[in-house]
Amino acid sequence: MSRDHVLHKVRTALGRTAGQAIAEPPPVRLRIPVVDQDARVASLLRKVEALAGKTCRAATPAEAHAYVASVLDGKSTIASNAPFLRECGILEIAGVRSGQTSASELRMLCSTADAGITSADYALADTGTLVMLSSRDEARLISLLPPVHIAVVPKDRILTSLDELFAILPDPAAQTSSMVLITGPSRTADIEQILVRGVHGPGEIHVVVLG
Amino acid sequence: MSADFDDKIHNTLANPNLQLAIYSATGRLIDHRRHAVTREALPDYQELRTQANALKRHVIENLDHYLEQFEANVLAHGGKVVYCKDGAEVADFILSLAKERGAELIVKSKSMTTEEIDLNERLHHHRLESVETDLGEYILQLARQRPYHIVAPALHLTRYDVGDLFARTLGVANETLPEKQTLIARSVLRRKFLAADIGISGANFLVADSGAVVLVENEGNARLTTSAPNIHIAVAGIEKLIPRAQDLAVFLKLLGRSATGQALTVYTSFLSGPRRESEIDGPQEFYVVLLDNGRTKLLADRAKRQSLYCIRCGACLNHCPVYRKIGGHSFPWVYSGPIGAIITPQFLGVKHEPSLPFASSLCGACAEVCPVKIDIPQVLLDLRAEVKKTELREGTGWLERLAFRLWAWVMCHPRVYELAGMMAAAMAPAENGGWLRRVPPGMNLPPVRAWLDQRDLPPAPPHSFRDLWRKR
Amino acid sequence: MPRRVSLFVTCIVDQLFPKVGLAMADVLERLGYQVDFPKDQTCCGQPAFNTGYRREARQVARHFLNVFRDSAYIIIPSGSCTSMIVHHFHDLFTKDPAALQALEQLAPRVWEFSRFLLEVARVDDVGARLEDVVTYHDSCHALREFGIKDGPRRLLAHVRGLELREMDAAEECCGFGGTFSVKFSEVSGAMVRAKLDSIVRTGAHTVVSLDSSCLMQIQGALSRAALPVRTMHLAEVLASR
Repeated sequence: MSRDHVLHKVRTALGRTAGQAIAEPPPVRLRIPVVDQDARVASLLRKVEALAGKTCRAATPAEAHAYVASVLDGKSTIASNAPFLRECGILEIAGVRSGQTSASELRMLCSTADAGITSADYALADTGTLVMLSSRDEARLISLLPPVHIAVVPKDRILTSLDELFAILPDPAAQTSSMVLITGPSRTADIEQILVRGVHGPGEIHVVVLG
Repeated sequence: MSADFDDKIHNTLANPNLQLAIYSATGRLIDHRRHAVTREALPDYQELRTQANALKRHVIENLDHYLEQFEANVLAHGGKVVYCKDGAEVADFILSLAKERGAELIVKSKSMTTEEIDLNERLHHHRLESVETDLGEYILQLARQRPYHIVAPALHLTRYDVGDLFARTLGVANETLPEKQTLIARSVLRRKFLAADIGISGANFLVADSGAVVLVENEGNARLTTSAPNIHIAVAGIEKLIPRAQDLAVFLKLLGRSATGQALTVYTSFLSGPRRESEIDGPQEFYVVLLDNGRTKLLADRAKRQSLYCIRCGACLNHCPVYRKIGGHSFPWVYSGPIGAIITPQFLGVKHEPSLPFASSLCGACAEVCPVKIDIPQVLLDLRAEVKKTELREGTGWLERLAFRLWAWVMCHPRVYELAGMMAAAMAPAENGGWLRRVPPGMNLPPVRAWLDQRDLPPAPPHSFRDLWRKR
Repeated sequence: MPRRVSLFVTCIVDQLFPKVGLAMADVLERLGYQVDFPKDQTCCGQPAFNTGYRREARQVARHFLNVFRDSAYIIIPSGSCTSMIVHHFHDLFTKDPAALQALEQLAPRVWEFSRFLLEVARVDDVGARLEDVVTYHDSCHALREFGIKDGPRRLLAHVRGLELREMDAAEECCGFGGTFSVKFSEVSGAMVRAKLDSIVRTGAHTVVSLDSSCLMQIQGALSRAALPVRTMHLAEVLASR
């Protein structure tokens, strides 16, 4: 609407002309700590638990399957299309539906499901964070609408930190329209500063690390 | 100061419940932040601040370049960019888009920028329902009030206030447990999310090299607002730009910790454009509204344009001893606290509330905690000089100016100064060395009365230092 | 190393709290310094500067630069006045290269009292004695513009007979802020009363600070509240024997 008007005002304010070159920006600053994989797993699980999330370290797909089945206990569940979940046999658990490709069907299922299961593209050990990129395998609403979210992640996806994430993924926009970092269950303290979980997003989260 | 400002301050100071609420809420946030930036928790905290300041300085000083880069990348990912010079244009854009799409319901996530332009009111006027979805903002929308604090908008309300409010506006039973109140809001808002045609968000950051909008939150309402409806509109001030996605490694570390002491907020969304072809859900239309609304005015002032570095963390509010007493609603505009005190006069003109830059003891606590190192006290001092220049130009405040001219003259003439000192001492003798409770005769001036309103006055000693030094 | 120092006592000490100036001189003389008092000194100009009257502040600042032109060291019992000279005089003389040059030469010689003791005289024990229970108030300018936090505490730690109890709000502003104290008197009063609560919680008998304006604010409130707590400037504590 006012593109030229606004840009012109910006340039005038700065004493710059259209197309004028700029000085180099300050160099990118990423500090990646060196942490071995076991320590990363331990840190991730510790941080998730500190945020009132639940965790499970599964040595085998069968263990992961067993844990998820016990959490779900027959609840109606929607799982993402992540191949990793199929590999773990998650999709065979009673009550789990998957394979949605239609936005409207997905939305309806998510809004009535008791739980949502996803994998994750990465996890960040130092903050207990899941990193989820929207894709054909992972829809946005599965980790958002149901009151319970379970994420099953292979251990080699666990990065040390946000710095490492941006080091290996400097251009998330090239891959996805939505990258979400999930750090703990949904919460608010808007009423008298009292902490309440599960406001809009899931109030209960489980992180299962396989391997 | 204006009678309005004075009254609001007085009423807030006189309300013990409000004093307690403000003090404890900010106190908690102060503690949380402190634990998150200790040497153990974040050893490179100071370095990160320096880097953040340098990045913001660079972007702001080359803002046109980064706006264009941002725009090109949004377009490349299938989105659209709309530049708006003011709130009216933003509303016009949204209204015409809503009309074209037959949209009736909008859900909104928290955005100070949209408060700044009174967006909800503008939309409401045209019968478009726009529902706030952040719990605190939802409560305020029902109560028809402005936010009290950037991060804790409803800190001035009790659970009983909320219970009454929900009962009155939603027709539900009067619940006073925050957990139950939250569930009520959750259930009402869930229906709105799923039925909404448009989701409007703000933006914590705009990433130039990605054409991305970054949103941080704890509740999940921003995610829902930007994922459930078919249209997403992000409204952001032009100053929200950062150069690269990788710079988020600096900014995200500072924002959560400075605001609430969290290493990362529960959800951080990095959104670039409508859903891609292979993606299953997400909006199919994506718009970023870039708002001026006076920011170019601030941009033009070399010394004060650092005011635009703000990432809206709220740390300055929490640490400000004045804010902690007068609260958010005493301030004349939507932005309160130290940041509000420096940008309000720049956006609205110093005459809007000329005493606002003076409502500070210049203690510097704000500058100490600002993650992007805005020198707030320096900007306040510059604004004070501007206020006085304006008064000079307009011929107002001449009495005070005269007093200071006289004062300066005395201070430049040592013998006159000595004489003045002796005369003043003669008027304010010590009462047995005790401090004075009442105005000494001959000193019935407004500043003396104002001082005595709150504390006792020191008595003048029988001899000044220089007298004693001479006799030594 | 020149052993001659000049006192800039500040207008508030000169007129209202002269004992602070005398105490400062005592301590310095005992350390072997020759102390002088340029008698044409008046004020640093801060009241005008903080109220937005830059022209008036500039006049007073220029006078200061003249008076102290030849001093080897200028010692000041105040963080805020030191800050005015060292950090803000610059803002006043942007169009006056001669004054800027004079300032450049003078600023490195300007020292807040406690910093002078620790960093130039290099002493933390001045041989003081004071039997008392005190708490220390961190004056804002000293704390945030000069990083003065541990220094005064080190000096106090060497005062024989003295017990220092930290208050929880030591770093919170006392609410003086120059003309703020009268323009926003009610807020200023609320701020100092919060400070008083913190002081009373320590059980200390005396509040110590290195800035007389803070002490005036705090003492004024203590007096109004009729609390049996007194205030002392750091210099007075260090001069005690």
